[in-house]
Amino acid sequence: MKTDISVRIVFFTVALASIAILFMIMVFLFMEGLPIFKRVTLFEFMFGKYWYPTSSPPDFGIFPLILASIAVTLVSAMISVPLGVMTAIYLAELAHKRVAEIIKPIVELLAALPSVVIGFFGMVVVAPFLQNAFGVSTGLNLFNAALMLSFMSVPTICSLSEDAIYSVPTALKEGSLALGATHWETLLRVILPASISGISMAIILGMSRAIGETMVVLMVAGGAAMIPTSLMDPVRPMPASIAAEMAEASFRGDHYHALFATGIVLFLFTLMFNIVADQIAHKYRQTGEASL
Amino acid sequence: MRKLEWMAGFVSMAMIFSAGLAVAGNISINGSTTVLPIAQKVAEAYMKEHPDVAISISGGGSGNGIKALIDKTTDIANSSRTIKPEEAQQAKAKGANPVELIVAYDCIVPIVHPDNPLKDITLDQLKALYKGEIKNWKEIGGANKPIVIISRDTSSGTYEVWEEKVMKKERVFPGALLQASNGAIVQAVSKNPNAIGYIGLGYAEKTVKLISVNGIVGSKETTLNKTFPISRPLYMYTPALPAGDVKSFMDYVISDKGQKLIEAEGFIPLK
Repeated sequence: MKTDISVRIVFFTVALASIAILFMIMVFLFMEGLPIFKRVTLFEFMFGKYWYPTSSPPDFGIFPLILASIAVTLVSAMISVPLGVMTAIYLAELAHKRVAEIIKPIVELLAALPSVVIGFFGMVVVAPFLQNAFGVSTGLNLFNAALMLSFMSVPTICSLSEDAIYSVPTALKEGSLALGATHWETLLRVILPASISGISMAIILGMSRAIGETMVVLMVAGGAAMIPTSLMDPVRPMPASIAAEMAEASFRGDHYHALFATGIVLFLFTLMFNIVADQIAHKYRQTGEASL
Repeated sequence: MRKLEWMAGFVSMAMIFSAGLAVAGNISINGSTTVLPIAQKVAEAYMKEHPDVAISISGGGSGNGIKALIDKTTDIANSSRTIKPEEAQQAKAKGANPVELIVAYDCIVPIVHPDNPLKDITLDQLKALYKGEIKNWKEIGGANKPIVIISRDTSSGTYEVWEEKVMKKERVFPGALLQASNGAIVQAVSKNPNAIGYIGLGYAEKTVKLISVNGIVGSKETTLNKTFPISRPLYMYTPALPAGDVKSFMDYVISDKGQKLIEAEGFIPLK
């Protein structure tokens, strides 16, 4: 009994410590970021078109950076969602066991690739390829960054989707087949709808991984702080801007505060993604076999 | 047992604190972020040889450094420009007499892809390029290809020189690509035949081609005889003629050992 309580206390403290640390990081983020709004209004900051933090007078508009982050994430989702979900369906439903046993670890190995390696690949291999194949002026651009980011989110989307498809009760599948539906019809009409909440969650978590990724976009997105007009334009997503400039921004200067405020915006974006994922998981959860 | 642990803890804490007190000299350095890596590298080496001296370094920009010098909150002010007359006056009013020491030179050279036929460019052309006014290589005598402008992050010292010497305080246009280090610019330019970038001379590699400016090739010699236009001296200021630990440190900076470290950081040494 006594050990019971002490074990509980130990685990409670550990859990509390990690929450407290997270909370303190958040407080710190807001404390360092909010002072910029003494210099510029929230509207100027969010929708200003020019990011010149060190010129005099400086401009602190992160609109091009926000757009860049959104554009890169959406384009990467367009690549990674079909790839990830289809791979998951193949692995869970169609592939031979032996084939799946080979492919699955390979997909998961993609997740183990350090982001700096993916970034380097994008810079040294993909960028020159884009320049030569499409005649674009620079291969360090939105498309390259999105492609590299989708390499990073495919494993997340694929393995989470696969879990969701696996967890569809066998009775549903067998019932459908027993009613005379083909394998294809069962897949499309029964298995996918039943696992849609899990798959959506996988997609959103994959996207939130993409929007927060720093190293890849710093290396291959090009870094031009302008509003992109084409897929092949160089862009500067928020994490790249923070990583490139933070090291030398003067401590507690306006530039420093503006970078932290950019961090707040980024934080709110990923928070939103996670809340949406959580909502979907709760709302459309497949409970038992009767609720389809 | 527990008591013993506490004792050990106290003893070791006491030792740490007394060690802190035993340090003979403290040198504080403040100022230019360009000179910051120089100060850091040299200070590390200096402290290794003189364990009794503690050096604390912060970089808040040249202006802040000189302000700290005037307010006597720093022993050495790093600066990438000479002290302004009004700053010197303020210092005099507070009883200081700032002494200047050139510790190294900065030399920033434009680079292009080795396949690019361009050999020389004027300062005005460079400015027009980085303002986004010239967009095609044929406008400055090259092939009919779009120009890809590569710049540095705005808080770097390299960008600061570029802004001062080439842009004359005007802004680099938003469409310029940004790279976060000299190495990344070399990498990006070497992979793109349409690109132009700029780096500290010390980072030049064979994978890129250096461009002369106004007919002058950027090198140690042209920097030291002040003919290369995109170069500048870097300074350390002291509130009076340096003495004691500060003098010993400043001597170390301009010694052969110190200058070798500075060269390794990509700057031009004095000799």
